[in-house]
Amino acid sequence: MKHGLFAPVLLLAAMLSASGAHAADLMVVMKNFDYSPMEVTIAPGTTVTWKNLDGEPHTIASRDGLFRSPALDQNDTFQFKFDTPGVYKYVCSIHPKMMATITVTGK
Amino acid sequence: MTEPTNRRDTLKCLGVGAGTLFTLQGGVFSAFDLAEARQDMGTPLFLQISDTHIGFNKDANPDVVGTLNRTIDLVNAMPAQPGLVLHTGDVSHLSKASEFDTASQLLARLKVSELHVVPGEHDVTDGPGVEFFARFGKPSNNRGYYSFDSHGVHFIALVNVMNFKPNGLGGLGDEQMAWLKDDLAGRSASQPMVVFAHMPLWTIYQPWGWGTGEGDEIAALLRRFGSVTVLNGHIHQIVQKVEGNILFHTARSTAYPQPQAGSGPGPGPLVVPADQLPGMLGITAAMAEKRMLSLTDTTLS
Repeated sequence: MKHGLFAPVLLLAAMLSASGAHAADLMVVMKNFDYSPMEVTIAPGTTVTWKNLDGEPHTIASRDGLFRSPALDQNDTFQFKFDTPGVYKYVCSIHPKMMATITVTGK
Repeated sequence: MTEPTNRRDTLKCLGVGAGTLFTLQGGVFSAFDLAEARQDMGTPLFLQISDTHIGFNKDANPDVVGTLNRTIDLVNAMPAQPGLVLHTGDVSHLSKASEFDTASQLLARLKVSELHVVPGEHDVTDGPGVEFFARFGKPSNNRGYYSFDSHGVHFIALVNVMNFKPNGLGGLGDEQMAWLKDDLAGRSASQPMVVFAHMPLWTIYQPWGWGTGEGDEIAALLRRFGSVTVLNGHIHQIVQKVEGNILFHTARSTAYPQPQAGSGPGPGPLVVPADQLPGMLGITAAMAEKRMLSLTDTTLS
């Protein structure tokens, strides 16, 4: 079940990253102490879902304080909808070497 | 189990036969096999419990409540009870109120009533650590860091999980560093020091963030003291180093082991065969005799 979900999720993320044209859902996974994809560009209105696949909890904490998840245990998810264009950097507050960026394009 | 007839037998019953006793006296470091340890070591000055991770329920240990209970039973069965217990953080796994409640109920079973707790990063995942400080914030006036004296020893509790460095190392931050300098200023170099925090206060493995940004600065402040013991958790295994009169020591977890530095993709829970798990979980006891402080690690096996 986990493996069945994982591959399509990455594929979806890659497609969105490449097109970045339409507001559609995006999944970012946390695996082996990294976010994947680490850098992604999305359209305004996109809802991003993060899912932790590690046995160790992770969080999603934006540098500017805009969004912050609780600690996500294995297979827990967190969502945030990006309405405003900009560059959003975030880290795992438990493992701050985990860093990633979401860029929201202008209309 | 037959009734222990003397302290050495008692220690063997507790499963520390294969342990090593470390002593630090006048800056000279020496290690003995525990079987050679003296029987009249006296009352433990304190015990260190770490990384209880209440709320964890994955394969590496589906029953962290059970292993903490076994740990508490082990401590309560010691013939001479320590003066106090230090918990070096990650009380909870996900900073949830229910996890802290369970942990507090379990820890209340300790016969030792004096418990000092510093937060781990798992205890403050909300940022300010609301649930942690609601329960354990009182001695520090909700700062987390504080000091106290017990049996002639100066204890310093530090928080290095709320000001991470950009490279992933733990950090104290300027305010706490200033407080630490002030706390140590004017103290006699002959007073034994015990410094405890969650993340290692010296760099064990930077790629995994196993260290503290101000580690060198902290060591420099402690160097003039004749007997310094620095205790940490976080890495769920024993790593030890001696630098001059400073003994650095990390404790085992009571919940689950972690891989050795750099082994595998990251510092996550390590799954081991069930029969090996108790031997990788445990506590640290510190004995004090005059100016000597010695540490003994005990597993649950």
